[in-house]
Amino acid sequence: MTYITGTGLTSFGRHDGRSSLDLMSMAAQLALDDAELTRRDIDGILCGYSTVSPHIMLATVFAEHFGITPSYAHAVQVGGATGLAMVMLAHHLVEAGVVRNMLVVAGENRLTGQSRDASIQALAQVGHPDYELPLGPTIPAYYGLVASRYMHEHGVTEQDLAEFAVLMRKHALDHPGAQFHESITVADVMASKPVAKPLKLLDCCPVSDGGAAIIVSREPTGVTAVRVRGCAQAHTHQHVTAAPPLSELGAEIAIKKAKAAAGVEIADVDYAAVYDSFTITLCMLLEDLGLAGRGEAAARVRDGHFSRDGAVPLNTHGGLLSYGHCGVGGAMAHLNEAHLQMTGRAGSRQVRDATVTLLHGDGGVLSSHVSMFWERER
Amino acid sequence: MSESAEWTKGAAAISYQRCACCAHVQYFRRDFCAACGSLALTDHAASGEGTIYATSLVCRAATPETRAHVPYNIVLVDMREGFRMMAHGDQDLAIGDVVSARFVPFAGATVPYFERTR
Repeated sequence: MTYITGTGLTSFGRHDGRSSLDLMSMAAQLALDDAELTRRDIDGILCGYSTVSPHIMLATVFAEHFGITPSYAHAVQVGGATGLAMVMLAHHLVEAGVVRNMLVVAGENRLTGQSRDASIQALAQVGHPDYELPLGPTIPAYYGLVASRYMHEHGVTEQDLAEFAVLMRKHALDHPGAQFHESITVADVMASKPVAKPLKLLDCCPVSDGGAAIIVSREPTGVTAVRVRGCAQAHTHQHVTAAPPLSELGAEIAIKKAKAAAGVEIADVDYAAVYDSFTITLCMLLEDLGLAGRGEAAARVRDGHFSRDGAVPLNTHGGLLSYGHCGVGGAMAHLNEAHLQMTGRAGSRQVRDATVTLLHGDGGVLSSHVSMFWERER
Repeated sequence: MSESAEWTKGAAAISYQRCACCAHVQYFRRDFCAACGSLALTDHAASGEGTIYATSLVCRAATPETRAHVPYNIVLVDMREGFRMMAHGDQDLAIGDVVSARFVPFAGATVPYFERTR
């Protein structure tokens, strides 16, 4: 049995003058305070990567900087799935008795630490160096390809995709830490400039500075205990050229295994934290995970199913699309929000009930998947 | 194992490998079959004919070299020989179109470019 005892999240957007280590430290301190633990209680550290400040030993660089001498530490790299992959590893290591309190942390000054071109270029490297990169693809283009095919097979329209951007923005309006605070409409998304068709600017997450941290422990520390019920991964390919058919993508494999590991069904889920790098990502993942029927996710958004007062509130902080995306920490913001919701501390964003949460992360081009269930015990 | 000329090395050609043991076809060149591990691979020149699987028109590029070409259409093509490849293509290509390849210069390289077969 393992527990989520604390989470920390900085605001996303511009943090002028802050380094990746600064942002990691800010988030880590918030998580420690949240868990009512001190540096001495932390005996394990898992951290993500920083494209701005790459390092072959980022976990020990951070440990020294933050002032921890852990008995277990290293970095993890699974693209956008890194945060959940780290929590999964933390869960297993804590359960195995290797670590008592694992600090999982990531942060990056991706917006102010490098040019937007540099960010886009660094991320495009998930493509194949010989067979894809000479063609000048970008991350939006990889997902644009997937979007064109998904729309073709399932009758999803650009207006449908726009609904997800509008929902995430609506949620972000209620979070003071979100990068964007201006309301948008479907028409705004449709009118935003094309990036990689069919994806337009407002279909894409922004580049942000920010940090996030989470602590996985053997014993609960707070009034409300949130435990990890079960999790699983699936990795079907790296490059979009080598991806399996849409009907055989890893999200469906990962969620099937996670449901079995957790003994949970989708019908039990009352809060969802799902990776949303692009509107198409969120649309496909919701349908792959079974949170909506095939081709029906947009209709569920319109019906309020995923709204704060809906049946399964989704990314109530605004997601990557509107809270922001600082790399590994970006997808960890979903975890922070889920923890706040499950412990009844989400303030004006609080949902009616968040007892069983489904969390899902995606790395690469729908290449790597981690599905996880959390449950509130008391 | 002789190496076929291919566009990734500057030639105006698309090539692929076939496994003599399990008949698996692979596009990303390796010394072994990714399906069964066999080293008995043969090189083949592809016909350059296929069907459009997906498209995305890139309107925002990330480097000065590629920005000079914006907008350019990136396509995934299911080739007649049984492998999928990424390439460039005409901007009005649609999923399901039957296409054939020629080769064009792009950002200092030679890349395959697909257009509808007449």
